[in-house]
Amino acid sequence: MPISLTNEMMRSIIMDHSFNPTNKHLPKKEGYEKVHMHSDNCIDDLDIYFLVKDFKVVDACFEGVACTISLSSTDIMCDLLKGKSIIEALYIIEQYQKMMHEEPFDADVLDEAIVFINTSKQAARIRCATIGYNAAKIALEDKK
Amino acid sequence: MYKLDQIRAQFPMLNNKTMQGKPLVFLDNASTTFKPQCVIDAMNEYYSEYTSNSHRGDYDLCYKVDQKIEEVRKKVAKFVNCEENEVVFTSGDTDSLNLIAYSYGLDNFKKGDVILISQLEHASNALPWFRIAELTGAIIKFVDVIDGRITLKNVKKAFNDYKNIKLVSFAHVSNVLGYMIDAKAIAKICHENGAIFVLDGAQSVPHIKTDFKDLDADFITFSAHKMCGPTGIGALIGKNELLEKMSTFETGGGMNIKFTSKVEMIPLPAPNKFEAGTLNVAGIIGFGAAIDFIESIGLDNIHEHEVELSKYALSKLEKCDDIIIYNKNSNSGIITFNRKNVFAQDEATLLNSKGIAVRSGQHCAKMIDDVIDTIATVRASFYLYTSKEEVDIFIENLINGGDILDAYFFN
Repeated sequence: MPISLTNEMMRSIIMDHSFNPTNKHLPKKEGYEKVHMHSDNCIDDLDIYFLVKDFKVVDACFEGVACTISLSSTDIMCDLLKGKSIIEALYIIEQYQKMMHEEPFDADVLDEAIVFINTSKQAARIRCATIGYNAAKIALEDKK
Repeated sequence: MYKLDQIRAQFPMLNNKTMQGKPLVFLDNASTTFKPQCVIDAMNEYYSEYTSNSHRGDYDLCYKVDQKIEEVRKKVAKFVNCEENEVVFTSGDTDSLNLIAYSYGLDNFKKGDVILISQLEHASNALPWFRIAELTGAIIKFVDVIDGRITLKNVKKAFNDYKNIKLVSFAHVSNVLGYMIDAKAIAKICHENGAIFVLDGAQSVPHIKTDFKDLDADFITFSAHKMCGPTGIGALIGKNELLEKMSTFETGGGMNIKFTSKVEMIPLPAPNKFEAGTLNVAGIIGFGAAIDFIESIGLDNIHEHEVELSKYALSKLEKCDDIIIYNKNSNSGIITFNRKNVFAQDEATLLNSKGIAVRSGQHCAKMIDDVIDTIATVRASFYLYTSKEEVDIFIENLINGGDILDAYFFN
């Protein structure tokens, strides 16, 4: 996704994924790994599920309570990681974390997740915007 | 006449500070408070002019520190109307409540005894009791709460429902809703039923006159940092006859008369038997300076100022259709609210982007969603230095609202 998205487009992407998240549901079949995440400074309390087969993220979904930024970022992350190899997924997670901390990053792999580029303006919400990615790292790191 | 300008001039944190490039409006005073220069100076003076330990030296510096500590103990005693030997220095409200739970609780609770608390309690007045219940076999029960309030009727009902209530522990003022309980009447009910009454004064002692003898609670706990004092210091006020009977909590230097190779220890009398290790001397000195500062303004004046600000803010907020207030009738400087269809944290982030510091979430009172119909709220809390202009900035930003994502896209 080009970085030239307008602010208005970015805002509507965030709101859309927060209010109509397509990946916010329990897994529909067996075999998912569940990672529970909560944050100390926000009410975020999410279970995030990953289905990994043959070194590939086959599916990802989540359920729970969270703020706008957590819901939206986790929903977008699920879309982003589905179908990726574990190595690709871990690379995406790393680039996203770099973006959060205003370090140089590879924007090409982040697709819609680029809409969170301004999170560092509200430093207290970085934890919310990364909650899904931190879960993915826990789930995928030992499977590469 | 409340001399707000003169008061504000004494706080370095109120001198042209900014947040997110906007003038800082600090409305999280139920969490902690700013320190006036006199408190900072008192602590600096100890560090730069007369540093030494207490109770441990034969030299003048040490004597001076001992004197200062006992001076502050007197100040605290006068401040809450108790005896000097009823003031234990702790690291704060949490430490005080843990001290009571472990020292009193471990000695006195047995299987089936009931500890009565409420779902309004902060973690500090819930989790120490959870742990002691686990260790002793005692049971935690919750008093019924109606519209966010603990009524005398429901306290009496709890004593009817549960026969073995040994201890009751409530916050004097709720840190979420700002409602005050009738502590004196509850203490009487507890005593008539043979129970001990603990009053968590974290949100009351900094704001209203506390009279330990008149309230007749067995213990009152509070922190200095919520009343313009330093962090890491507070007090446990306990009836001396109870403190004397209680076992020690932490042990070490400064709390014993002697100990021998027969593995025996004779503790000092209360309160010193609860003050093991080097005391937070600078904290105690800052605590004393904070009490002097509060008394120079007067708690009645402070409370009147806070309530006036709350009423002013509420009169404006009530006109906003999309603001839900959870404590309209609170007689305190705490306003707890949500914007309709906006998650509390998102609202707090939007306010942060405007330079306004508020708290969002459950405010450490994680059982409160059983009592109020929402999982998270935004809390604005005022203190003695909060100005009407600050409240106006807060209200204006709430009314004008704006999209929560403005916090990320405008600045």
